[in-house]
Amino acid sequence: MAVKVIIPTPLRPYAGKQGSAEVKAATVGEALTNLTTQFADLRKHLFTDDGKLRSFVNVYVNDEDIRYLGKENTPTKDGDTISIVPSIAGGCCCLTAFGPLVEAGL
Amino acid sequence: MATTTQTQTGAKPAAGLSKEEILRYSRHLIMPEVGMEGQLKLKNAKVLLIGTGGLGAPLGLYLAAAGVGKLGLVDFDVVDFTNLQRQVTFGTSDVGKPKSQAARARLSNLNPDIQIESFETQLTSANALELFKDFDIIVDGTDNFPTRYLVNDACILLGKPNVYGSIFRFEGQVTVFGMPDGPCYRCLYPEPPPPGLVPSCAEGGVLGVLPGIVGSIQAMETIKLIIGNGENLIGRLLLFDALGMKFRELRLRKNPNCPMCGSHRTIHKLIDYYEFCGVRGEEAPVPDLKVPEITPRELKHRLDRGDDLFILDVREPHEFQICNLKGHLIPLGELPRRVHELDSSREIIAHCRSGKRSADAVDFLRKAGFRKVLNLKGGILAWSDEVDPSVPKY
Repeated sequence: MAVKVIIPTPLRPYAGKQGSAEVKAATVGEALTNLTTQFADLRKHLFTDDGKLRSFVNVYVNDEDIRYLGKENTPTKDGDTISIVPSIAGGCCCLTAFGPLVEAGL
Repeated sequence: MATTTQTQTGAKPAAGLSKEEILRYSRHLIMPEVGMEGQLKLKNAKVLLIGTGGLGAPLGLYLAAAGVGKLGLVDFDVVDFTNLQRQVTFGTSDVGKPKSQAARARLSNLNPDIQIESFETQLTSANALELFKDFDIIVDGTDNFPTRYLVNDACILLGKPNVYGSIFRFEGQVTVFGMPDGPCYRCLYPEPPPPGLVPSCAEGGVLGVLPGIVGSIQAMETIKLIIGNGENLIGRLLLFDALGMKFRELRLRKNPNCPMCGSHRTIHKLIDYYEFCGVRGEEAPVPDLKVPEITPRELKHRLDRGDDLFILDVREPHEFQICNLKGHLIPLGELPRRVHELDSSREIIAHCRSGKRSADAVDFLRKAGFRKVLNLKGGILAWSDEVDPSVPKY
């Protein structure tokens, strides 16, 4: 089943500068795993070292937060849209939860 | 602390509009959705803006123009040249002035009939409740995580709406927190990102129009809350992607277990938000990594006498285009996989814009076995100040 994953601006540098990607998946967890297989640099930004979704990254299926569905086991169907919604603090010049240091492994 | 211009007549709610006000607000008054009733609600409303920068600019301008009777402006910052690209409240002649005062002057000129208070102070756990108590609605236009959580918690404790907006490069988020049946910021993001994942200046930048759009949406939501008309962004997170020019909306649920607004509240007073977010204030940044350094003057001296030095620039390619020291460009994020481009037998001077990213690079290289590697203290900014003023600062 093909789902569309919308990639937020702060993560686009790690996803081939794309705003979205199509992946085949039956659950949200599968979709994110497949996405990070396609874009290996994304993995560190979305998951902790032990493979858990980072606590400050919110994920939605269509307009619903997966925390109120089945979390990463939430089933997806053809045509669903998954949104990754990071916390951004900027009012002016911008801070987000994703930095180059993560990528660099520093 | 507060400076006030213009005073409303008495503390009683305004019962009518003057002839001048009727003329000024005529385009509101002839709309049934606002009308005299709505305009009087605006006149009696008290709105506090946290931050008078990118988001605060359209917020202040539109709320003042709309006739919001009392506006509070909280900002401790001073106008600088880099603000003018997006903070449209300020003019070139305001550079160097406190933002809250410059904004007050501009907004008083726009609408002399309203009361404007400027608070030239940093919002803290010690002053937030006192500042908020005289206002009906709080509008969050700040730029850091600790203040976001502080504004949220203070609004929940006082039962005041929090009109939230934030931006990053081409993307914005807007919603209304703090309504009785709606969620709060902690329902959306229970925890801040760890400080190690909050980026340096490499991730910076914002297209000037973006805060204009997001701040204008916040202004619209604020006015709708005041006049009690329309559907507010309560329980809805509006996402705006300026690059794709798309608006989307996600459903926000009130978390029944939220420590702040849930039925079993566990947070009953304001906390230390810098500690909560794991960062010190912008005024007191986390101390930089201790790595061997070279000052711009020493570097200049050594280059002039012909020492064999390899200049490593760890900024991003678009920064290199602004100005450079003719170094070899490897952005910090690419350093681990491009480390083979470096010759460990040569002396390496790493630099970035301000010296922070290059300190990380020096630390990384030393751990990778490079012995002769130094950080250019203060980066290209210090080089411009101390050695070559023709190098532009950004």
